[in-house]
Amino acid sequence: MSGADWQLVGFSLRMAFASLLLILPVGLALAWWLARKTWRGKALVETLVTLPLVLPPVVTGLVLLQLFGRRGPVGGWLHQAFGIDVVFTWRAVALALAAMSLPLFVRAARTAFEEVDVKFEQLARTLGAGEWRVFFTITLPLAKRGVLAGTLLAFARALGEFGATIMVAGNIPGRTTTLPVAIYAAVQNGEDAHAWTLAGVSAVIAFAAVFVSENLQQRRK
Amino acid sequence: MNNAVLTANFRKQFPGGPEIVADNLHIGAGITVLFGASGSGKTTVLRCLAGLEMPDDGEIKFAGEVWYRKSRKRKANSQDLFLPSRKRQVGFVPQDYALFPHLTVAGNIGYGLNELPDAERAARVAETLRWLGLDGLEHRLPRELSGGQQQRVALARAVVRRPKLLLLDEPLAALDTPTRLRLRGELRQLLRQLGIPTILVTHDRFEALALGDDVVVLHDGRNVQQGDASKVFSRPENLAVAEITAIETIQAGTILETRDGLATVAVGDAQLIALAEDLPADAREVYVCIRAEDVILMRADTVQSSPRNRWAATVLSLVREGSLVRVNLDCGFPLAAFLTQSACADLGLHAGTPVVALVKAPQVHLIPFVR
Repeated sequence: MSGADWQLVGFSLRMAFASLLLILPVGLALAWWLARKTWRGKALVETLVTLPLVLPPVVTGLVLLQLFGRRGPVGGWLHQAFGIDVVFTWRAVALALAAMSLPLFVRAARTAFEEVDVKFEQLARTLGAGEWRVFFTITLPLAKRGVLAGTLLAFARALGEFGATIMVAGNIPGRTTTLPVAIYAAVQNGEDAHAWTLAGVSAVIAFAAVFVSENLQQRRK
Repeated sequence: MNNAVLTANFRKQFPGGPEIVADNLHIGAGITVLFGASGSGKTTVLRCLAGLEMPDDGEIKFAGEVWYRKSRKRKANSQDLFLPSRKRQVGFVPQDYALFPHLTVAGNIGYGLNELPDAERAARVAETLRWLGLDGLEHRLPRELSGGQQQRVALARAVVRRPKLLLLDEPLAALDTPTRLRLRGELRQLLRQLGIPTILVTHDRFEALALGDDVVVLHDGRNVQQGDASKVFSRPENLAVAEITAIETIQAGTILETRDGLATVAVGDAQLIALAEDLPADAREVYVCIRAEDVILMRADTVQSSPRNRWAATVLSLVREGSLVRVNLDCGFPLAAFLTQSACADLGLHAGTPVVALVKAPQVHLIPFVR
């Protein structure tokens, strides 16, 4: 492991964390909305949220590239209003990781919310609590384990993301290259030993994340 | 009940379920028991009052304040109103208590006091803990408490906010029998001390009599009689209420004559005397209701006694019911009597024993037969 390798690992971990910061508010809101409310078009939202799980990741990447490119609707606005470029920067990495791991998080958190008996929420309301307070003091603490397990799963998924990342962020060493992309590049360059070293590091991190996540879900029962 | 604090008129139907109707419900300032068999709609009525269910239409008013209003005719209306649970200032205790499993006893009790400064909240929680004898348990989690302790924590959590109305759903049903009997008296005393208008749901008539000032009887999703607890239980207005309140002897009879406010009624092969004050003048067919605890048994008919109804009877069977024995008799019609075990032993009762059954005229209740 060279200094550059350690930097690569650090960057990948930081990007996975950054994607979690994007996922948490959006994912919690979505999961709660899906678990507690019924509305017209709910099935459509459910499908859209799950879609990145089953689509080829490069397709998700392609969609993101279109949306966030400098000429895309979101990317163009960000560039003009704030001078922020997304595509082929670290921001694109975080965005791609978030889009790919959001479905996993939403599924886990939604199940966790559904397992919280609404009687506790109703009782909190009779005690004068508003909806925000009910969520943060009753629903979320009671769903804690499931939400945490979902967070770890999302984190592990983000660390392994390849297809969408390479589409929107490319492979710019030191700037957008993540572990999986670096492994692919190493194999392309015939540096098999280097690829195996990075693969080993990936495996250790993924193992730890899934192990803790499984433990959390086991203890819930 | 003219001094009603709460009036309710509403309908609520769950998809595929029976229609629940609160028909001109008047709740007084004391303890009102919603009484009925399971499935009679007691809990639904209570949840609608708590704001946890929205009726389909109708009106709920508490102390002049409208909690719910929706007209039956129009779809939407500017007069429509639904005051959410958190604004009704009710104390709600569900049947299984629903204590927050992740919060300590103190955390549970203090949950509804979050708007108070920390010191004041702690003082209020401590005061309530002391009052309910929960000192020393404040750091326990709900699962570390006994059933009786959980019940008191749930009550504490509801009353610590000083609600305007207290709603209790089968507060004793989750407890084992000895604890339930012990807490029944205790609960009545606590509710008396609080002086908060209280609505309590139960299917147990002893609980209803022990705890309630007023009783509302629910049958098939509709309130069928309301009034003073002892009156409802001794003087049911119709057959359904008599059956729900589990009057042991209910027999069809025919009025032979009415004189001086007393009715002579033929029942089976026997006759009896009852008060006729509440009967319509043209009543002929009636149901005769006699509570088993009002029946007196004697071995021989030798002494003079005041009860107007005395029948030669034969013991058919003896059935233990808790601390009492239910004696099933044939006195020209089937009659049941409750006796203590020692009374049974003293009289030497067994199947076939000839006895004399006595019932005072005011304890025979007549319900006019409605076709």
